[in-house]
Amino acid sequence: MQCKQLIQLVTDYLEGTIAEAEREQMEAHMGECKWCERYIEQTRQMIDALAELDRQSGDSEAWANALAAFREHQNR
Amino acid sequence: MSRSDVAGDERTSAGENPRDDESALIAALQAGDEAAFRTVFDQFDPTLRRLARSYARADAVAEEIVQETWLGVVRGIGRFEGRSSLKTWIFRILVNVARTRAGREARTIPFSSAAPPGEDSGPIDADRFFGADHGRWPGHWCQGPAAWGVPDERALAKEMREEILTAIDSLSGSQREVITLRDIGGWDSKEVCNALGVSEVNQRVLLHRARARVRAAVEESLGAIEQTT
Repeated sequence: MQCKQLIQLVTDYLEGTIAEAEREQMEAHMGECKWCERYIEQTRQMIDALAELDRQSGDSEAWANALAAFREHQNR
Repeated sequence: MSRSDVAGDERTSAGENPRDDESALIAALQAGDEAAFRTVFDQFDPTLRRLARSYARADAVAEEIVQETWLGVVRGIGRFEGRSSLKTWIFRILVNVARTRAGREARTIPFSSAAPPGEDSGPIDADRFFGADHGRWPGHWCQGPAAWGVPDERALAKEMREEILTAIDSLSGSQREVITLRDIGGWDSKEVCNALGVSEVNQRVLLHRARARVRAAVEESLGAIEQTT
């Protein structure tokens, strides 16, 4: 497997939807190619970083507006 | 702002089971329980906001989209029957609101615009690989990824936050939707397919392209490229 082919398969690999034969080829290649191994590791790290992006406190004004709408609707 | 019909729909797809513990939450919401509403708000507002920003670059417009979404939730919860999950229902409301505002009709992504990746190397310049006629390593990295030197994902999120958000902003709408829900929102692929009305295959292709672009943006920003020979 060539590096150029491997990077096309990264998402299938990480999603677990890759065919067995291709997965084996990928892993064999990664064992010998530190750049492809790095590419996958960086992709993983980036995905994990994306998961960290929304760790922020709620917007109190937005909550006040939403709560007001909620209360108003109960009074109908 | 027109009072467009923001009622979400509750179609489910095979494999989606609203969790049992949701029915208590839904009942509480329908009874006007403010604590329950707070729980739901805290849980979904950040990702709603993130997704709204993917439809509207201007903060004020994104803000309105989220506000109108919560309005739709408040108005529609009384009729909600729990056939889809609360999450899917709420996000469908947002998607409808956002697409209506943007003048886009809700539609599935045509297959031709989500074709499987071809022979090209995506956002990686083809020059970074040896040519097919290379004697020793055809198709292999010529200028490969260099180490990022970041200890963990938390450090990466902190240091590269602006670059990542800018990269996501520059994606196509569909790619942005998918990566926002999957990787930022933590949704699984079935939930995303249901909320956006795309097939599994299309969703995976969009996700692949989005992730490749965002990774490439980080790499470029860090200048993390090295010769392999």
